[in-house]
Amino acid sequence: MIYERPRFLPGGDRALFIELGDTIDPELNRRVRRLHLAIQEATPPGLVETVPAYRSLLVCYEPRDVSPQQLRATLELLVDKTEADEFPAPKVTEVPTVYGGEYGPDLEFVAEHNGLSPEDVVRLHAGKAYLIYVLGFTPGFAYLGGLSPRIATPRLATPRARIPAGSVGIAGNQTGIYPVESPGGWRLIGRTPVELFHPEKEPPSLLQMGDYVEFVPITAQEFSRIREEVEQGTYRPKETPLIEEDESGGI
Amino acid sequence: MEAFEVIQPGFLTTVQDKGRHGYQQYGVPVSGAMDSYSLMVANLLLGNEEGDACLEITVLGPHLRVLGDTAVAVSGADLSPALNNRPLPMWEAVRVCSGDTISFGHPKNGCRSYLAVAGGIDVPQVMASRSTYLQSRLGGFEGRPLCSGDRLRRGQARVEIPSRTLPRQYIPEYQAENELRAILGPQDDHFTETGIRTFLGSEYKISLQADRMGYRLEGPPIEHKAGADIVSDGIPSGAVQVPGDGLPIILLADRQTTGGYVKIATVSTVDLPKLAQARPGDRVRFLQVTEEEAYRLLREYEKSIDALKQYVQRNDKDL
Repeated sequence: MIYERPRFLPGGDRALFIELGDTIDPELNRRVRRLHLAIQEATPPGLVETVPAYRSLLVCYEPRDVSPQQLRATLELLVDKTEADEFPAPKVTEVPTVYGGEYGPDLEFVAEHNGLSPEDVVRLHAGKAYLIYVLGFTPGFAYLGGLSPRIATPRLATPRARIPAGSVGIAGNQTGIYPVESPGGWRLIGRTPVELFHPEKEPPSLLQMGDYVEFVPITAQEFSRIREEVEQGTYRPKETPLIEEDESGGI
Repeated sequence: MEAFEVIQPGFLTTVQDKGRHGYQQYGVPVSGAMDSYSLMVANLLLGNEEGDACLEITVLGPHLRVLGDTAVAVSGADLSPALNNRPLPMWEAVRVCSGDTISFGHPKNGCRSYLAVAGGIDVPQVMASRSTYLQSRLGGFEGRPLCSGDRLRRGQARVEIPSRTLPRQYIPEYQAENELRAILGPQDDHFTETGIRTFLGSEYKISLQADRMGYRLEGPPIEHKAGADIVSDGIPSGAVQVPGDGLPIILLADRQTTGGYVKIATVSTVDLPKLAQARPGDRVRFLQVTEEEAYRLLREYEKSIDALKQYVQRNDKDL
């Protein structure tokens, strides 16, 4: 549920939590995004950073510059003001993805497990916008909401030691993209040539909390071409403002 | 300019500064020195900025060759530092010459030693920090612990290095038993009264699973009201999370940015440096303080740091 009033909770002597609810819910997450943007915009004295998550924000501050009481008072005013403010619409970032084959070695399994053809899996996975609830786990990793229950698949019993960067996977009722090469147990259905995390870029993560991702099927040839553009630094991911949403958080 | 060549890297030696702040929203952990106090003091002794990059040395130290005349300061754990095989005094600025060797021996007390060099260790800044985040091979020296043959550079020294020492009261003594003051929350209401009493009334032992990410503790399990899982949210430094087995984990420098276990309390900032020096087998107890008390403690700590800064700037005059 979404609380009537946000709860301010202690996070030690250099941080505090603003909790807006206690569930995974697109509307609740949207409010977290708005508050995150509003605090960044206002940059109250002593603010170090905010860590937005599904239903809460961790606000880190420098106690040399502001007392917890002062900061809390400032943030409470900001919470009230945010209700009325306009914010830029979330954007949808297209993530071109090659499905199946060497790019997605588990596509067949996901299809079989759900009594579908591989083409059905691709159709159900691509062509819809997934809400980015939170970035975490590893740098640039996006927790996405909105996977069709028809292609939910359990994790591998034994995780792979190395998964290439850009791999697109399914784990239970979640889907996501591995931003950097790492071990992992997700079922891999495809791979994107797009770079999701680059420490030298500002911001370093292509995706932002509260925005959306849409997977767009491409061929292996297109993968190579886009990969070249990425390496040359000329690739620009296609981004569009989100138009409308249904209750599940997808378009 | 060049500072050191690594002859032997030791158990785990990494470049760390005051941490990578502002990037947790992208899933990037803060990292930085586990013992922020020792990092700061070593830097101040050399006239560096207090958050400049140092070497964080874990239990078994490296063997280094000095590549140019400069000054160093070693703080934190006493891992028997030596200069040309003679004891190297800790908590003071020491001149070193090209060709000297710095080595470490028997770990006498504490867990992490900090070796600062005049001008600070110079590695490229990644997301505004020189800290190493090992898990993702980010920052520091090529994102990894030091290896034999590595050559480290240093920045331009900011002051002519005087022989700086530290008043006695600024040198901590590390103990095998520590009281950690902690602020309850954000999810203390997810625990039974018995659970809170267990947390505040018991002694916990630091387990072998204690690293830069966090310290897993052993002791009486803490009782939840209804499970250990919450909808994931952010994790402050020093947060004490209690997973399903009821055994607390204190989350430290390399903690993940978000987590889904209930957090019973957060250790006060002023007590984190001594925790960073505790080793597996050492014991801790938690003492409840209010947010106001923790803030007051922090202000007192900052005042003593300000006095220290004035002292080192005035050089060797008394406080």
